[in-house]
Amino acid sequence: MIKEITCIGCPMGCRITAELDGDKILSIEGYTCNIGKKYAQEELTVPTRMVTALMHVYGADQPLSVKTSKPIEKSKIFDCLKEISGKSVMRPVHIGEVVIKNVCGTPVDIIATRDVE
Amino acid sequence: MRNVDILIIGGGPAGLAAAISAYEAGSRNILILEREENLGGILKQCIHNGFGLHTFKEELTGPEYAQRYIDKVLEYGIPAQCDTMVIDITPDKVVTAVSRGAGLEHFKAKSIILAMGCRERPRGSLGTPGWRCSGIFTAGTAQKFTNLKGMMPGKRVVILGSGDIGLIMARRMTFMGAKVLACVELMPFSAGLKRNIVQCLDDYDIPLLLSHTVVDIAGRERLEGVTVAEVDPKTLKPIEGTEQYYECDTLLLSVGLIPENELTTMAGVKISPATNGAEVNENLETSVEGIFSCGNVLHVHDLVDYVSEESAKAGVNAHKYVQGQLPKEENTLEVVSGFGVSGAVPQHISQELDEPITIMFRPRGVFKDAQVCIDVGDVQVAAKKSRILTPGEMVTLKFSPEYLRKNTNADKITVRVEAQQS
Amino acid sequence: MIDVIIIGGGVVGCGVARELSRYNLNIALLEKTDDISNGQSKANTAIIHGGYDAKPGTLKAKFNVLGNKMYDRICAELDVPHKRNTSLVVSFGSDGHEALEKLKQQGIENGVPGLSIIGQDELRRREPNIGSTAYEALLVETGGIVCPYEMTQAYAENAAMNGVNFYREAEVTAIEKTQDGWKVISKAGTFTAKAVVNCAGLYSDVINNMVSEDKISIVPRRGEYYIVDKKYANEFHASIFQLPTKMGKGILVSPTVDGTVLLGPTAEDIDDKMDTRTTTEGLAKVLKYASLTWEHIPMRSFITTYSGLRAHCNRDDFVLGEVPDAPMFFNAVGVESPGLTSAPAIAEYLAGMIADKLSAKKNENFDPIRKGIPKFREMNDEQRARAISINPDYAKIVCRCETVTEAEIREAIRRPVGARSVDGIKRRTRAGMGRCQAGFCTPRTVEILCEELHISPLEVTKFGGNSKYIESYLFEKGDNENA
Repeated sequence: MIKEITCIGCPMGCRITAELDGDKILSIEGYTCNIGKKYAQEELTVPTRMVTALMHVYGADQPLSVKTSKPIEKSKIFDCLKEISGKSVMRPVHIGEVVIKNVCGTPVDIIATRDVE
Repeated sequence: MRNVDILIIGGGPAGLAAAISAYEAGSRNILILEREENLGGILKQCIHNGFGLHTFKEELTGPEYAQRYIDKVLEYGIPAQCDTMVIDITPDKVVTAVSRGAGLEHFKAKSIILAMGCRERPRGSLGTPGWRCSGIFTAGTAQKFTNLKGMMPGKRVVILGSGDIGLIMARRMTFMGAKVLACVELMPFSAGLKRNIVQCLDDYDIPLLLSHTVVDIAGRERLEGVTVAEVDPKTLKPIEGTEQYYECDTLLLSVGLIPENELTTMAGVKISPATNGAEVNENLETSVEGIFSCGNVLHVHDLVDYVSEESAKAGVNAHKYVQGQLPKEENTLEVVSGFGVSGAVPQHISQELDEPITIMFRPRGVFKDAQVCIDVGDVQVAAKKSRILTPGEMVTLKFSPEYLRKNTNADKITVRVEAQQS
Repeated sequence: MIDVIIIGGGVVGCGVARELSRYNLNIALLEKTDDISNGQSKANTAIIHGGYDAKPGTLKAKFNVLGNKMYDRICAELDVPHKRNTSLVVSFGSDGHEALEKLKQQGIENGVPGLSIIGQDELRRREPNIGSTAYEALLVETGGIVCPYEMTQAYAENAAMNGVNFYREAEVTAIEKTQDGWKVISKAGTFTAKAVVNCAGLYSDVINNMVSEDKISIVPRRGEYYIVDKKYANEFHASIFQLPTKMGKGILVSPTVDGTVLLGPTAEDIDDKMDTRTTTEGLAKVLKYASLTWEHIPMRSFITTYSGLRAHCNRDDFVLGEVPDAPMFFNAVGVESPGLTSAPAIAEYLAGMIADKLSAKKNENFDPIRKGIPKFREMNDEQRARAISINPDYAKIVCRCETVTEAEIREAIRRPVGARSVDGIKRRTRAGMGRCQAGFCTPRTVEILCEELHISPLEVTKFGGNSKYIESYLFEKGDNENA
């Protein structure tokens, strides 16, 4: 399978194409530096993203901003968002606190990125 | 009248960094005035990640990045008066502010640091024809509704302008269940970071329409749709026959940021037409002695990390000024923006410096395999090669002060790009 | 039974309401939209015309001159900012002298005082920034500027203070003759009254045609405008008209009482009485002609564009007074430019006529004085400190561009005939009218409207109807309401 991605390493935005056999990279073309090659290898096999979202806090007038403790698989973003929006937290919450453990059954947690007193 | 050594106007990333560095330099009579209820400025609503890679070597969200500085301000015990709006600054540094708690107050400051940030260009300034319906928001206003108020402005969205806030909001609205139909950009290139284009648009199959613009807005009450047309990349005029109608209830604008310099003007500070910010020297001191400017009120930055860095410098220099240690500016050279350069900062550089001098600017277009050069008089004193320059990313270039001392006959400093425009 | 029903909450309707409230009468005003001053009265050229322009002998000429003379008194009574900044009709090129002279003679015939023709030197002394081809001009000393929506609000507030009842979202759908007057069926209920006044602006033909066989037709004539940032407040002093030529009527460049500069309008007859769109062609035309007066228009300093519709009547003049085949039904039809200038005189004329027919007695309690919302931006430090000590909301600046405080916004909602929408607040306080065009203040303004009107953010509109801001809450938990 041929896959095409845009490198995010710099504003060049090189178009990188790769031939894949399942998770195995057969060839990569189009990168113009090592940052691009490394990015492509990761992005083509298991792409991951940090996810930031908003969560409901009981009795609070503002939503709580949260993030994944580390990048999660790109394919799980919407499941992750669904889980976050389906839950509520009690006050107070502090920055850095884990509000959901092992989101979507992954080793990734959801943590608060601000204080709600 | 309260006497303050260093009065900082604005408690966002710029004001916080300036306060901390002034304190660390030794100042103890510092006061931050912040118009909103909490410190942190615009970062409070920037809940996405991507902040702090340069400063902290880790990727933080906006509120987290701000909190690191707020914690420091609290730790040092630097007073910050929130919910306080500055309404006047005089050239002799008398500041008038109002707050619910203290009413109308006057401050006499030895030094002032302007850190008021910037605002978004609105629809009105674009002259886009059509109806004046609801459902048209600047991206930042929509961001405030979603991220701070928990309210959704709409469900079918078109984004005009591909600035970073617009790209970030494309993803946010998608996350919140909206359908983002397109991001429309007038120029043949995006002003946003490549990473944001990939991770906010490409990831969710949101088309980026370069060399396109919104030519008509439909909807008597709430927005019902927009007409998008291709533009001629040279004239930027819409090309007839390329119109396409998008049915949508929300149009988000990300068409540029303007430093908020109303107070700066009141203080009698000279404004640069290129940056819409104050003219400053290498100490970030404005044309009014003892008044400094930093962050997005000085010029619109690409990364908050650079705002913090610049503002820390303003804080130290304000401290030096109060201590009488900041040399009076004499024999300054004007910094001129040459080919491919827009709004170089600082605008004035003293010829009698000891430390390396940093000049920042934005490229005027996209240049590939380019070289950025600094000339003192006719002599090239610094050059930096770059595979690509884009208006979305600021360029920073340093040069040694010895060149200024060597070229005493020089009448100006020129910053320019050498390249083929692509 | 009501004594008088006024249909239409523009400057004429509200003016008639106020002048009628001088009498012991039971008066109701019905407005179609969610707010007064929502049609012609919100989007026009904001000029107090001298009166040289209308054909001698017309009602336009008569009421323009009468109205112009009344402005100083009315604005003093109602605390409305206005300024006699003079008007200039400028000829570009040397061949305009005859036409200027003709205009001047027409003005004299209409009874306009203070008209003179000034040459190059005097023109450039008065207007150093005027375009290089400006040749000479007709100086109209009585010309002025006024804020049209503040004028309308002031009339409405003063009328309400003196007992007039205002009904909004009260579109009139039918009018029937009864034995002793009229039955008016509206979306806010059915009213019966001894007299009806038709001040329905663009729809005044529809209202007239409900009761009279003498059919009238109103054509909406669209005018498009630009507003330039107030940093150019001192660019021009007078309201500068261009002498009409074969090429067209020309485009006005005028300061406003709020310090911005207005460019416009175009004149385009259209079909749709609601079509206040701006167009590419219209806006381009404004710039093309305005650049004669202002050669270097600062394109980066536009705050906004808008368009307004004039109620152009097929009879080419105002139609004022009792409708011959509909006794006790009074018209103020076809009141387009110079309608704003004429409004005080039309209001007085119609109110006097109606009161006379109803043999109404003077209202001994009538209070002609209305005070505007105290504006923080116009106060000195001492006044500001005092205002804050009485009402701490004066310390909370919501609109940064125009320096409008929370106190002013709350008062705009609480006043008689108060604001119900974000645009209503904008017109009453200028919040959101500045250079950021409500980017910063909208979220807070929405909250204040919710608090004052006890509604949810989902119900807040820009200008009534479906012009909503918020589609839904992020969390359907319900308890982040009134966030």
